[in-house]
Amino acid sequence: MAGEGDIKLLGMVVSPFVVRVRMALHRKGVSYEYVEQDLFNKSELLLRSNPVNKKVPVLIHGGKPICESLVIVQYADEVWSGKGASIFPADPHERAVARFWAAYVDDKLFPAYIGIMKAATEEARAEKAKEALVVLANLEEAFAQCSKGKPFFAGDSVGYLDLAVGCNLFWLEAIRKMFGVTFFDVGKTPLLAAWAERFAGTEMAREVVPDADTAVVFAKKLQARFGSNTSAK
Amino acid sequence: MAGEDELKLLGTWASPWVSRVKLALHLKGLSYENVEQDLDNKSDLLLASNPVHKKVPVLIHNGKPICESVVILEYIDDAYGTVGPSFLPVDPYERAIARFWVDYIDQKLVIPWKVAFTADGEEEKTEGIKQMLAAVHTLEGALKECSKGKPFFGGDSVGYVDLALGGLLAFLQGTEELCGSKPFDIANTPLLLAWVERFTALDAAKVACQMSASWLSLPR
Repeated sequence: MAGEGDIKLLGMVVSPFVVRVRMALHRKGVSYEYVEQDLFNKSELLLRSNPVNKKVPVLIHGGKPICESLVIVQYADEVWSGKGASIFPADPHERAVARFWAAYVDDKLFPAYIGIMKAATEEARAEKAKEALVVLANLEEAFAQCSKGKPFFAGDSVGYLDLAVGCNLFWLEAIRKMFGVTFFDVGKTPLLAAWAERFAGTEMAREVVPDADTAVVFAKKLQARFGSNTSAK
Repeated sequence: MAGEDELKLLGTWASPWVSRVKLALHLKGLSYENVEQDLDNKSDLLLASNPVHKKVPVLIHNGKPICESVVILEYIDDAYGTVGPSFLPVDPYERAIARFWVDYIDQKLVIPWKVAFTADGEEEKTEGIKQMLAAVHTLEGALKECSKGKPFFGGDSVGYVDLALGGLLAFLQGTEELCGSKPFDIANTPLLLAWVERFTALDAAKVACQMSASWLSLPR
């Protein structure tokens, strides 16, 4: 299958940041070679392509590496601007709002839910769960403002902010299964709860997002490897 | 179109993140109303414009707020694409490189540096300084790659990475006074040292960045 030139994605199956990039590439209708990485035994290719952070995802386009998931998503939208769907809105203020909330998700949501998984005590876990719920309450507000009554943050179809938040959903489900935390309460965040279901039902999500159980298995492997004082269900 | 375009900047004189935005506005030749904020007694306007973080800078363009310094920088470049110089290059790959380094500056330089200044324990402070200096060392390499022998990360003129790092200079230069380590020196970071001289000589830098000892009198 001919791609748009030589395109490789270095990834790891349960990384939400990799899932984010895969979603973006799906939106652009771009085909690529996916190369699964072992993050406990990093490949020469990964270390050469991302010498600064040594992390996934890395998109390698025509031999040139691009790192950091949000940077890659923006790159994909720009370099393949004529292809597939637009990820970013056209209006500068709407773009700024999308960028603001995407940065917020990475700064506040990801550390909170990872913190739930890594917590050594029930107290610490409850603290992180509380933090995550505050973030989701803010995202409920953001959804109301951005969507303006439409199905997605970006409007009629998924856009930058949908991808930025949506790539984390399978992990939230995994953590719900492991620790019983309810993230989407129809009483507290009705818009977000409805959006989450809608998002998971998109063709893109069904093709690209791993099952929550895959994340559960991974989390348990990590716990076994690094040890944990409290066990999941 | 006179009088149609209204720019207001909510900021504080000492904030390096506000400096980043002022630099961009000055380089673009944009006039704006500077509304100095009292962060100990936050104004209704600030709280209404940035309810999530309640921080500065906030740029208000024709009544619409934009928050977070790097988001504001991209916004200024986007909204005023035909006014003054552009901060992001045209080529998508070069744009990705610039965005990567700006993210690096905020994650790997700013965060440990904040730790170095605010941590209570000596061990934490030392670790923060160590990480900060490591990031500066990496940025020396980044400057070499990005500038390709030209004066700035952005090439012939100031770009997105120059703005992100340049706004921090007053604080970075204060590092030596406060924790005894020079962030830039001729032995380890000669390119950055030369870049600092060039950057601080810019008119925009003189207006936008408070390169003064008065910063050192601020409570930590």
